[in-house]
Amino acid sequence: MSKTRISRWLAEPQTRKGALITLLVIAVALFGPLLAPHGSTDMVGPVYGAPTGWALLGYDFLGHDVLSRLLSGGLSVLWMSVAAASIALAVGSTLGLLAGLSRRRLDQLITWLADVSLAFPDLILVLLIVSMLGRAPWLIVLTVSIAFIPGVIRLARASAVAVAGQEFVEAAQMMGYSRRRILFKEILPNILTPLLVHFGNMLTWGVGMLSGLSFLGYGVAPPTADWGLMINENQAGLLVQPWAVLAPAVLIGVFAYGTNILAEGIGRSSARLGEKQP
Amino acid sequence: MNAIAQMTTTVLQVSGLRVELAGQVDVLSGVSFSLEAGEILGLVGESGSGKTTLATALLAHARRGAQIVGGQVHVAGQALLGLEGEALRRARGSLIGYVAQDPATALNPALRIGSLLDETLAVHQLRLDKAAQRQRIIETLRDVGLPDDPQFLRRFPHQLSGGQQQRVMLALAFVLQPRLIVLDEPTTALDVTTQAHILATLRRLCKSQGVAAVYVSHDLAVIKDLVDRVMVMYAGRIVETATRDALFSRPSHPYTRGLLAAIPDVAGRRELRAIGGHAPAPGQRPQGCGFGPRCERFRAGCSQQEPLLQPLSPGHEVACLAPHGQPLQRIALAPIAAVDARTDKALLEISGLNVAYDRQVLFDVSLQLLPGECLALVGESGSGKTSLARAVAGLGENAEGELRYAGQPLPLQARQREAGLRHQIQYIFQNPYRALNPRQTVYQTLSAPLEHFFAVKGSAARERVEAVLKRVSLPASVGELYPHSLSGGERQRVAIARALLCEPKLLICDEITSALDVSVQASILDLLRQLQRDGLTLLFVTHDLGVVRAIADRVLVLKVGRVVEQGAVDSVLDQPQAAYTQTLLEHSPSLG
Repeated sequence: MSKTRISRWLAEPQTRKGALITLLVIAVALFGPLLAPHGSTDMVGPVYGAPTGWALLGYDFLGHDVLSRLLSGGLSVLWMSVAAASIALAVGSTLGLLAGLSRRRLDQLITWLADVSLAFPDLILVLLIVSMLGRAPWLIVLTVSIAFIPGVIRLARASAVAVAGQEFVEAAQMMGYSRRRILFKEILPNILTPLLVHFGNMLTWGVGMLSGLSFLGYGVAPPTADWGLMINENQAGLLVQPWAVLAPAVLIGVFAYGTNILAEGIGRSSARLGEKQP
Repeated sequence: MNAIAQMTTTVLQVSGLRVELAGQVDVLSGVSFSLEAGEILGLVGESGSGKTTLATALLAHARRGAQIVGGQVHVAGQALLGLEGEALRRARGSLIGYVAQDPATALNPALRIGSLLDETLAVHQLRLDKAAQRQRIIETLRDVGLPDDPQFLRRFPHQLSGGQQQRVMLALAFVLQPRLIVLDEPTTALDVTTQAHILATLRRLCKSQGVAAVYVSHDLAVIKDLVDRVMVMYAGRIVETATRDALFSRPSHPYTRGLLAAIPDVAGRRELRAIGGHAPAPGQRPQGCGFGPRCERFRAGCSQQEPLLQPLSPGHEVACLAPHGQPLQRIALAPIAAVDARTDKALLEISGLNVAYDRQVLFDVSLQLLPGECLALVGESGSGKTSLARAVAGLGENAEGELRYAGQPLPLQARQREAGLRHQIQYIFQNPYRALNPRQTVYQTLSAPLEHFFAVKGSAARERVEAVLKRVSLPASVGELYPHSLSGGERQRVAIARALLCEPKLLICDEITSALDVSVQASILDLLRQLQRDGLTLLFVTHDLGVVRAIADRVLVLKVGRVVEQGAVDSVLDQPQAAYTQTLLEHSPSLG
């Protein structure tokens, strides 16, 4: 990834805005635990106590300080969604590239597998695996990424097919370059932009899915602080102490918004690059 | 009385037309001319000269980012630039017709030919009843040389050949009986025979119906038999305008002469001379004459003020301080390899080559390629010439037959060939815009084969890359650039450089100049001749017999997958034996 490409992306105001919002949420998740006035599992106030003095957001269903839990609870959801999206991107684009270049039996096999798993609703798939095998964080990450992989395969394959027909790929084949070299040096850089946009979308979906899992009780186990879990835990007191639900929901929403317009901005600036090319 | 008669026959009157990009950068400036009914004007220039901008400005349209900021366009007395909305839409079509470059993308693929024509008539509200409308469509189809039966009207555009599609485009323009028709390189995608027929049809229609036409082209040879008058454009200005005879017999502007000297002519082999340098990009016009920096006759006065169009003789105007007065000298050229004297063993032998996709495209083709010669493969689209070239390069799928290279059997797939053999056969692609990886710098593209074949890396690779860039006349600084900042000709040079770095013995060139301007083509052909003199063997695929005459020693004519004629270039082109070769020659545009 060259410097020029990043500076071209940052020229798009939407990309800058998206990057800023995303970085802010990440900063909250990273440095939050250091700033939190209380430990995330310390019971320091009344159950569903209203905001008072230093407890800006009040207390939750067990009397934890909501602000402290909020500051401590971002890390898990963020690292898990980033990890899930990264795994899906790496595996999915490799398979998609292979399928796009081979265009034969391998292509049929990969596409068929991707289609079958696409027909399965994402969340049900994840719920099924997690309910069978347990809720270790790495397992959740893996299952979420498995849910994402077929989409990445489809995208990578479609983009790779369009590029593989171009003469510079034929030239590489004629030179006798290795298949790996053709896949990763000739084709991959040319389909990176749609894949990165998709990565941004996957981050958004990942946060949503992980929070959903926590909300349904299959994600991070209590008493660990986690934004999705917080919404689940405190839903009973929504009318008494709405902040305990609203605050994590707002942060999840803001992160999703940030990554989404970041991806959108990158997509836009590269579409504009396409216009210039004859 | 005379003046009034003249008023009524003037169809198009353009004055002071100016088109700008954002920031007051002009792409077209000071364009004034007029056209009479039935007159055909050829608008000639290289890419970036503003000819398409002018053509669309005649329809009061400017591409995104550009704006028509000044001037007047009157068509049949109506001022066009002031019109808006519905009135402008009505004028486009019924006053001015437009025929686009590529009929395959200009026709809506979801509509039948009949619907396309019906729709065109319907939106222009000619108040024709059904019978009259039907009658009009049938007459128009007959005029443009298409069948008029109901089966034809029910066809979709993709069921027609390229030539028929372009005839449909003509029918769509003529069915509204416009006063003026603007054609933007409508035959560049077509075979020479089809092109010749379309041009003849167009001329007949314009003359018989009194329709004025503006025909945009980059190739003077193509329009020679079509137009009455030629207007040459350079860097957004008209540099010369003359009647056809005056322009071709006494071209006066150095740029016009440069263009003519760059066009390969099927009638005789002569030296092609490229115009040095580049056309200026919009906003980078030099002071004074825009052509000044590339002009051989440049003098001090040229950079002081822009020369205006001055009449040279009646009907001949030129914007030059030192116009030429003499006809163009043509310099004859000898072929490089003396074919008959060769007794060497063939470098490449093809015997019984068959290629079939969903249908068979090559039937039992055999040929021999001698070391050091340039063999041209000629044929129209669908003749199988590219399939043949790809099979030799090892890119062909579904090929059967025997290849022998330097006496040894050569596998049909590049993957199965030894590396030592693979680098000796190199292929240069038709489209320079897709032949280079857009995400790699020129240096990355060029150094890859060095490392792959010869394990040359680091500073040794850099030296070799710089040497080869010099050999293809590119500055070493090009190495750090990405392909999108290069022009088409420069990209094709980089592609040639990539092939040269592999130290090839056989270079396969697949229509490598067809996407380029004539002047750039001349310089690339010159480069190839240079390479041939250095001992390279060339297999040159083309549809242009002029190019064949300019570069090839031997020629092989293909027709629908079969070889119909082969032999030394001069004997085949001067005394063609096969009827097909004769037809091709007859329809090839020539300056002669």
